[in-house]
Amino acid sequence: MDIRLIQGVAYLGLIIFLTFVLYGYIMHLYRSEKKGKRNYEKYGKMALDDELTSPPVEPLEEHTKESR
Amino acid sequence: MQNPAIEYDYTVAKWFSYLAILFGIIGMGIGVWIAFELAFPELNYVAGQYTLFSRLRPIHTNTVAFGFTLSGIFATWYYVGQRVLKVSMAESKFLMAVGKLHFWLYFIGALLAVGSLLLRYTTSKEYAQFEWPFDIVVVLIWVLWGISIFGLIGIRREKTLYISMWYYIATFLGVAMLYLFNNMEVPTYLITGMGDPFHSVSMYAGTNDAMVQWWYGHNAVAFVFTVPIIAMIYYYLPKESGQPVYSYKLSLLSFWGLMFVYLWAGGHHLIYSTVPDWMQTMGSVFSVILILPSWGSALNMLLTMKGEWGQLKENPLIKFMVLASTFYMLSTLEGPIQSIKSVNALAHFTDWIPGHVHDGTLGWVGFMIIAAIMHMAPRFYKREIYSKKLLEMQFWLQTTGIVLYFSSMWIAGITQGMMWRAVDQYGNLAYSFIDTVTVLHPYYTLRAIGGLFYFTGLFMWAYNFYKTMTASKAIEKEPQFASPMAA
Repeated sequence: MDIRLIQGVAYLGLIIFLTFVLYGYIMHLYRSEKKGKRNYEKYGKMALDDELTSPPVEPLEEHTKESR
Repeated sequence: MQNPAIEYDYTVAKWFSYLAILFGIIGMGIGVWIAFELAFPELNYVAGQYTLFSRLRPIHTNTVAFGFTLSGIFATWYYVGQRVLKVSMAESKFLMAVGKLHFWLYFIGALLAVGSLLLRYTTSKEYAQFEWPFDIVVVLIWVLWGISIFGLIGIRREKTLYISMWYYIATFLGVAMLYLFNNMEVPTYLITGMGDPFHSVSMYAGTNDAMVQWWYGHNAVAFVFTVPIIAMIYYYLPKESGQPVYSYKLSLLSFWGLMFVYLWAGGHHLIYSTVPDWMQTMGSVFSVILILPSWGSALNMLLTMKGEWGQLKENPLIKFMVLASTFYMLSTLEGPIQSIKSVNALAHFTDWIPGHVHDGTLGWVGFMIIAAIMHMAPRFYKREIYSKKLLEMQFWLQTTGIVLYFSSMWIAGITQGMMWRAVDQYGNLAYSFIDTVTVLHPYYTLRAIGGLFYFTGLFMWAYNFYKTMTASKAIEKEPQFASPMAA
């Protein structure tokens, strides 16, 4: 088979695959929110409420001073 | 829980802010000077070889990109990193020492590297002019920054990394990869025992060298002028306005889009050259696709201000940031248009290209760094910003400067492109090169004046920052959102 044809088919295949990946990612983001697995929008608060004394949006439980 | 006595430590952030102001003034001062040289060529010979355009131009580009912008990136990283991870640098002596070492190595390295360019040590690769000993210093600086980023992440309290963190990490990884591969070079003295010890030759030859160079060159724009500046705006605009990011999901999607698409777009620098045709086409196609993730981030920022547009009138820092994202939209639309092959046939090598670059660098990068540093100033010194009026004047003066810059370069570039292509009925070129130079003189002068406006604004910025640091009214506690400023 002509190398150009293989390149063309592979290129088209890659584009279709990547389009699926992109839309898959969008669906993943919305679906995880709908199912209540994750609320992405709450992460926006990280910039607003960023004092050292304010509670983390999602605390890192195992974080202790000794571990440093 | 954490010890409430501990506070965020801004020492390193402050130091890098001073450097951003210093390198901004040096780099853009040289830029204005060489802009006047283009309009008035006799200025080339004011100090012999040292003021030749060819000697000063790389000093301008390297100082603004790797002096001013990188200092701004590091300053904001040492500020934003602590805050969104909710951990103070004061909690780790090691990270504090790394931060300080990072600063001093960077400062001394940058001064020596600029000096080397003035003494004409150069690899002649655009934006990668530093010779091999300086490349080694750059790698060390970068490793220190990496230790600082991942070290701080290692001791964080906030489990999830805020979107700005993703962009800072991408900056670190992207530049590391690009810089290493494009600066693969052979020091000739070490191999042959002859010649200048500083001299080196690229490990790649001919067209391959060009391809690696523009893969690097365009992605230096990506990972120095775009990605870290998005990191900044995703933090500073929400924080200053008190509005959370309009859509966090869109910020994630735009991030991955940008990461994937940007790396393929460099080929547009080599359209109509000796690189394979399919690669040129790919460069064009990916450049056009790049509009989507770029506008995704920019629109996300503008929509963050939804219902809060009154702040644009009241707060000059919001003005700087909103105009920055608007200029980001403008230059990320203009770039793809220029990369389309038929447009490129007209635009390539003309003044429209530096015009495009300066929309992005002056409008987007410069404004964002100026706003970020002025947002940090009241938090650094527990004082209000010295003068709102001065900040407003700076904004309008610099905006006028940018408009003069890009509008003159649009006209100059398209005129130049049309004149180069014009032929008479027999196919002979209608104009000689000097004909274009004569026609372009007024636009070159306008561009230099625009640059001078922007440069003057930098002194207003420096003065306002200095007065905020030393003489402004003290504030009792750190402001939560809008930065306090005296009229």
